[in-house]
Amino acid sequence: MKLENFLSDLSMFTDRDERMEFLIDIASRFKEVPSEIAERPFKKENKVPACESDAYVWLKDNKLYFAVENPQGISAKALAVILDENFSGTDDIKNIPESLVDTVFGSTISMGKGEGLRGMVRLAKNLG
Amino acid sequence: MEPMNTALKISEYACPDVVVSTDWLSQNLNNPKIRIIESNEDQLLYSSGHIPGAIEIDWAKDLNDQFSRDYIQSDAFSSLLSRLGVSNDSTVILYGDKNNWWACYTFWVFKLFGHEDVRILDGGRLKWVSEGREITKEKPKLSETKYVAKIRDDKTYRAFRDEVLLVSKNRGQLVDVRSPEEFSGERLHMEGYPNEGALRGGHVPNAKSMPWARAVDTKTGCFLPASELKALYVEGLELDPKKPTIAYCRIGERSSHTWFVLHYLLGFEDVKNYDGSWTEWGNSVGYPIER
Repeated sequence: MKLENFLSDLSMFTDRDERMEFLIDIASRFKEVPSEIAERPFKKENKVPACESDAYVWLKDNKLYFAVENPQGISAKALAVILDENFSGTDDIKNIPESLVDTVFGSTISMGKGEGLRGMVRLAKNLG
Repeated sequence: MEPMNTALKISEYACPDVVVSTDWLSQNLNNPKIRIIESNEDQLLYSSGHIPGAIEIDWAKDLNDQFSRDYIQSDAFSSLLSRLGVSNDSTVILYGDKNNWWACYTFWVFKLFGHEDVRILDGGRLKWVSEGREITKEKPKLSETKYVAKIRDDKTYRAFRDEVLLVSKNRGQLVDVRSPEEFSGERLHMEGYPNEGALRGGHVPNAKSMPWARAVDTKTGCFLPASELKALYVEGLELDPKKPTIAYCRIGERSSHTWFVLHYLLGFEDVKNYDGSWTEWGNSVGYPIER
């Protein structure tokens, strides 16, 4: 239901610039993984493969946590917030659809960026 | 006053005119001949704030043909640039995230269409922002122009698969700019993770490996000085600047950065970017692969 509501909100933005602003606003809510969950240097098993933004994912007590090392990794931060707000605390972490990346960021996303973001979803699912 | 080390570094490049410093751009923000264009990998970055006066070219959305795996043709490029207020005699300054990776890709496309004066901002977004320079969300008001692009030149800077095959067979100069794991084909062995969309991993036979980001200081996003680039490519990879060279990666995006470095910073005379790259080669029936 949470995801449905989020996707419904997202679909209301038909203007590309407004949609970008919506996602940038989501990214501004990003909070890095707290030190009690993980400290640097982060473990390789939590690193998202093929992600140029150097993203990391953790799952503890059914809550997702993220780190995005690239200070310019806004899309990765936005996705992290979306995943946390819609899937943390639910039974659906292992069922997060990879298609969510295309739905949120559009099919014109570059192959590399798309692969990195899908990597975040895959790692979260595998941890779930 | 331009810091001596940056100005000196740029002056030692083979084509110093195609690289500008953040100081230079800062002093030329209001120059009416200049058009600043941001090209990023991350689609959200431009809207989150950009250099004053900058417009955006999204490589995937704006420069790619939406049906076939190719770039847009001259008419579409002319329309795009006219819409963005770029004239044929504009001085285009390109910059972006990821060490100017996508800015170099856009630079390469500009050269396919023969735009004469296009330059890269050394250090890109990272350097501009880290120096605390002005960033704005305001989009510039654009006055449409009548840009006329040349017919796309697919010979000078662009390589295709069969030319790469010939170069490979003749042990010519091929540079694979992907990561060592992609070069070796190791990536295919990681279960559950697609290998950049290719069915086979490895590299083009006789290609040499030099990951693209070795050409920059990743802390600042700036290109390395010419002497260090020479150590990497000419001495390290034993590349001859007088011989033809082809660079490739996955879809030609990282290799355009290396193309820029070899041709404009080191003065390699004949450099091409194989944009089909590994997504084509690694999926092509019968094409040889080395691991």
